[in-house]
Amino acid sequence: MKISFPHMGTSHIAFKHLIEHLGHEVIPPPAPTSRTLDLGVKYAPEFACVPLKILLGTYLEALEKGADTIITSGGVGPCRAGLYPYLHERILKGLGYDCNIIIFEPPLYNIKDFFSKIGYILKTGGKSWRQFWREFKTAWLKLCMLDDIEILSHEIRPYEVEKGYTTRVYKECLKVIDQAQTREEIQAAKELCIEKLKNIPRDPSRNPLKIGIIGEIYVVLEPFMNMDVEVTLEEMGVATHRSIYLTQWTRQNLIVNTEGSIYKTAFPYLKKKIGGHGINSIGETILYARNGFDGVIQVAPFTCIPEIVAKSILPEVSRDLDIPVLSLTIDEQTAKAGVQTRLEAFVDLLQQKRLHGGLNYGSFSGN
Amino acid sequence: MEVFLGIDVGSVSTNLVIIDKKINVLESLYLRTKGQPIKVLQEGLQLLKEKLNSTMKIVGVGTTGSGRVLSGAIVGADVVKNEITAHAVAASTLVPDVRTIIEIGGQDSKIIILRNGIVSDFAMNTVCAAGTGSFLDQQAERLNIDISEFGTLALKAKNPVRIAGRCTVFAESDMIHKQQTGHNTEDIIAGLCEALVRNYLNNVGKGKEILPPVIFQGGVAANAGIKQAFEKQLGIEVQIPTHFGVMGAIGVGILAKNNYQATGRTQFKGFEISTADFTAGSFECDGCSNLCEIINIYQDGKIIARWGGRCGKWDQGIQ
Repeated sequence: MKISFPHMGTSHIAFKHLIEHLGHEVIPPPAPTSRTLDLGVKYAPEFACVPLKILLGTYLEALEKGADTIITSGGVGPCRAGLYPYLHERILKGLGYDCNIIIFEPPLYNIKDFFSKIGYILKTGGKSWRQFWREFKTAWLKLCMLDDIEILSHEIRPYEVEKGYTTRVYKECLKVIDQAQTREEIQAAKELCIEKLKNIPRDPSRNPLKIGIIGEIYVVLEPFMNMDVEVTLEEMGVATHRSIYLTQWTRQNLIVNTEGSIYKTAFPYLKKKIGGHGINSIGETILYARNGFDGVIQVAPFTCIPEIVAKSILPEVSRDLDIPVLSLTIDEQTAKAGVQTRLEAFVDLLQQKRLHGGLNYGSFSGN
Repeated sequence: MEVFLGIDVGSVSTNLVIIDKKINVLESLYLRTKGQPIKVLQEGLQLLKEKLNSTMKIVGVGTTGSGRVLSGAIVGADVVKNEITAHAVAASTLVPDVRTIIEIGGQDSKIIILRNGIVSDFAMNTVCAAGTGSFLDQQAERLNIDISEFGTLALKAKNPVRIAGRCTVFAESDMIHKQQTGHNTEDIIAGLCEALVRNYLNNVGKGKEILPPVIFQGGVAANAGIKQAFEKQLGIEVQIPTHFGVMGAIGVGILAKNNYQATGRTQFKGFEISTADFTAGSFECDGCSNLCEIINIYQDGKIIARWGGRCGKWDQGIQ
């Protein structure tokens, strides 16, 4: 089969590795561009949120490049995204594409369905379950490493002496990681990338503001969607910390450890799961405030209900914990200039707050 | 005498102010941008040059507004600042105890909340431009009223009609409907003012704690009808600063002053630029399917600035 899948940050590098090693040809999903968005907007319902549109655009571009199968994930709501793959399938069929869409629902929801779909991919690729397990572990290693390297790039960028240098090195790193095939090669690639990034000339005398990035998973993870909010801020000399990484449940050093504690943290403000990352946005804001962050930026697709609910609770959290929150709503109409103006003003606000904070605000609730 | 130049290039107006060290406004210009920011900026500089006396020397320049990067490249700005910060700086300097700033300009409207002189929260209109200056402009033209009389007419209204203000298109059809059913113009205009203020408070001001003193600035503050509608709906007196129309320019002028006092230097290119030949050229980058529109700014044939790319490929090598 010629397989493609959604583009989300850098994760496609690891998914490509897995599917190739399971004996299939991969049509790598093209990084979203304005053309992707235009295609998606053209064929998607107007009132759907922007992830539906951009994924549809991605699939159309992958099909143009010769893909015949798309692997994607479902969901059990209440976030609408769980229905999107079925809607995508209908739209694509309606446009006359004869493609196969394999939708993975959460395994605990229907475990038999989950394994029968993996079985189908293995059978058509001529691989055994033993091989699957081995390749899965290697791909997972790659995914973790992609996140490790990205986290390191975010740590370094606010201190870079030459603006844009870290991004150039990071792009080279991604190529190196993409080429590594075996576990040994992946380990070697990781060491090489860490060395490259650590050799970037830095100015350690800076004391950057710290901003946490929260919101809906797709716009948080895909830089094209969030107007590259992390890199933009970091090139302004601000350190960012992203609340969501695909591999985060294996991490101990992240602020946000496990889902359970997030729900507990958010409980004084929101007692119910509302789908998507709504409750996470509340809990993460609280954790960022407790950990001495200067501010939080919420990125959410226009009409995203879980994030709208979170947005209406955030002012209360912000007031109680004295942490400024900026909400950015994103859809195909969002222009970079408007986002830039708001980001600049928000950074000015945080800088002033840090300079005069002791006088005008309660002290930071750090731990 | 050392003076400072503040420039605010907005969608509708281009404002230039000259301030001195004590933040006295010595000169101020409010010009229509008319979609030609470079030309209008040069005209403005020419006018200023004629107005300034020979003892005044510009030692600091700041730019703001949606055209801040462009105008900054042209004049050689020391400070290029977003309009939210610029407006807050001006208001908190001129009215030190201000706690709420309502700012309505040509195509955007914002609210800035200050506590003890520093910005603690802000919001800007996002999805809709209903209730900004451009819409009032259009409606004044459609009703055949001079925009400068719009506000005073609204004050004459006895029974303001209720206009649907959520969307400009629907507001317009609702106004037409009210005209057809025989309401008089004053009542319709006053109704429109109230609808716009309602829309502003529901969208931009949503969830914000609006405490006095409240300052109302931006071009629309010239409209007495809007001011009255704000006072009516908020139940708070709304102050309009003397230089309400050019507050952004004043704010960035103050920042240029601070910058000069800290560094003692300026990059201002001098009034010669008002006669220099500036051109903007653009091309479509075909490096990827984003097809970014890259804009080049030339001064007398020499490239001085470039922007517009998503990836930074074209930003390298240009100061």
